Amino acid sequence: MSGTFLGLPAFPRAAHDAVNNAQLRHNLRKATHTIRGKRAVVVDELDDWAQLRAAGKAIKDHTLRHLDRYLIQVEEAVIAAGGHVHWAADAEEANRIVTELVRATGERDVVKVKSMATQEIGLNEALAEAGIRAYETDLAELIVQLGEDRPSHILVPAIHRNRSEIREIFLREMGSWGEPAPADLTDEPRVLAEAARRHLRERFLSAKVAVSGANFMVAESGTLVVVESEGNGRMCLTLPETLISVVGIEKVVPTWADLEVFLQLLPRSSTGERMNPYTSTWTGVTPGDGPQDFHLVLLDNGRTGVLADEVGRQTLRCIRCSACLNVCPVYERAGGHAYGSVYPGPIGAILTPQLRGTANELDASLPYASSLCGACYDVCPVAIDIPEVLVHLREQVTEGPGHRAERAAMKAAGWIFADPSRLSRVQRLAGRTRHLIPKRLPGPGAAWTDTRDIPEPPAQSFRDWWAKEHGTDAGTTPGSPQ
Amino acid sequence: MRVALFITCVNDTLYPRTGQAVVRLLERLGCTVDFPAEQSCCGQMHWNTGYGKQIEPLVRHFADTFAGYDAVVTPSGSCGAMIRDNHPKAAARAEDPALADDVAAVVPKVYDLSEFLVDVLGVTDVGAYFPHKVTYHPTCHSMRLMKLGDRPTTLLRNVRGLELLELPGADECCGFGGTFAVKNPDVSAAMGADKVRNAAGTGAEVLCAADNSCLMHLGGMMNRQRTGVRTLHLAEILASTEELPA
Repeated sequence: MSGTFLGLPAFPRAAHDAVNNAQLRHNLRKATHTIRGKRAVVVDELDDWAQLRAAGKAIKDHTLRHLDRYLIQVEEAVIAAGGHVHWAADAEEANRIVTELVRATGERDVVKVKSMATQEIGLNEALAEAGIRAYETDLAELIVQLGEDRPSHILVPAIHRNRSEIREIFLREMGSWGEPAPADLTDEPRVLAEAARRHLRERFLSAKVAVSGANFMVAESGTLVVVESEGNGRMCLTLPETLISVVGIEKVVPTWADLEVFLQLLPRSSTGERMNPYTSTWTGVTPGDGPQDFHLVLLDNGRTGVLADEVGRQTLRCIRCSACLNVCPVYERAGGHAYGSVYPGPIGAILTPQLRGTANELDASLPYASSLCGACYDVCPVAIDIPEVLVHLREQVTEGPGHRAERAAMKAAGWIFADPSRLSRVQRLAGRTRHLIPKRLPGPGAAWTDTRDIPEPPAQSFRDWWAKEHGTDAGTTPGSPQ
Repeated sequence: MRVALFITCVNDTLYPRTGQAVVRLLERLGCTVDFPAEQSCCGQMHWNTGYGKQIEPLVRHFADTFAGYDAVVTPSGSCGAMIRDNHPKAAARAEDPALADDVAAVVPKVYDLSEFLVDVLGVTDVGAYFPHKVTYHPTCHSMRLMKLGDRPTTLLRNVRGLELLELPGADECCGFGGTFAVKNPDVSAAMGADKVRNAAGTGAEVLCAADNSCLMHLGGMMNRQRTGVRTLHLAEILASTEELPA
């Protein structure tokens, strides 16, 4: 069972530890820069990338605008194709629905396809409480699960682990979950992958129930789509008798023609591939082929609240590609765990506070986990203006508790700036006292002076220099044109 | 053409030499520069920290102060972007059509210094002399929001005596980010340390940028680490001559 994110410290404190972990910094830098480079190559080779991106944004915006209609269309199409549809307002309801569905099969084990939605709701933990064991089958998720760890990246959840750590985890843990790792296991990637393959093969062949998410749901036919690299998804989606898919309500696209746009945007943005190795699609139940019992659980869990926010709703365009994580200078140094959510990085910094609210210290610190450099917006395949949403969420946070002193300081600064003669008086005071400013500041100022010198204020501000040069009064004379 | 200098509160208070350089440079190129003394701050710190609702007076003040000029030139990519991208949003939020009109009238006249030189004056060789090794950090808001592109480096390449050295990882953020630098000091410093290492590694004597706030952070780190590299705003290099070196 993977660990949970409950009770973690606010972002700056968690980041402090990550920044000082040299091994982690090395792992993250190497991995993110490699994927970043691959993405750049396959995006730059398309001369219609800007149009694809605009189309992706437009399709998502249209779908979200008419989500009520498209979700009903999905439901009707899935039922018509022999599937069952369940609506879950929140994590608890979704977990209860899935638990009951598994119980009804009489099985105690389920295999899982990598899915962000089921991690978001803590499904594995909920199943475990009901005595049902969920087996992750994606290689990276397997590493996280065996290591009783937490995912730190959307696409590559074990990005914080290197291969020698993975070897140790396999040797130590595989035996208690099933087929043990061979005693002579090395840390060669091929050998590690082979050990995982053997371990998982037993699961695939014995599993009667699978749980998945979906990258997309095509409304016109009620088809679900999973996009993956390893083929474990294909195994889980075809071999078991029962398939339960937990899917966020924002994952719907109206038509197959719309899907085509995203099948170009997603692999290039996420793994830096022109096309992903496995794209599985299924529509309800096909007699004699694949799972004969199919359940779709449509998950809200805060999404309609996000949809109601005019600035924040663009977050729901996200297709979970991770391109923003791989270019983010903050993610690269703070690591995924600092974000305290299954959604780390820039998208997590805007998604988590919208889904969970900003009542606790960690969630309230997330909108500030960015220098607003804008690299994330540049690479986002559906043009989510992440900096804009971050600033929007900061406004919500500053209206909450714990910002009295800062609010007062900002008000004071605004009062000074509103009148140049006040600004001028402050500048002259700083100029006169400039030699008295200590090299190391106390209190909050130490956050600056711990690593940087403070600039020494000049003897004369620009406006005083100008006034002297031009014989005017710096603070009061308007220089408006004639 | 009536050209106004929007100095920005940071430059006004801490980096008057940058403002003086802009004035000297533009006058050398034949412009008459005015400094409307009523000007104050664009409100970027408030906006980006989550106090955007407080800045309506500053937005109004900016539009009033600079109404009537043909061009408003500023030596700060991030303040320029604040005005261009966010003053219209702040005005819309105020639900005051007159304010929205005033903002809409002034915004297209706001130029970053290098935009004004290259696009309006049509100059890429400003007649500067600066015989030093320089590396250029494009800064995020100059690059991604103002979209200055290669204007600054084109201007630098035409400075007599200047050797421009390519900065590795140039498009990565330096870690300043306004209040980010104190709200997330560890990550900010880690980002700054990488930028400083890259800059010092070029062998440059000077790290140049078009935004003094980023340079305040990087310069503060380089001073503390005694790297021997100094920071200079683009304007100061472009204003530099044999008679009046920067």
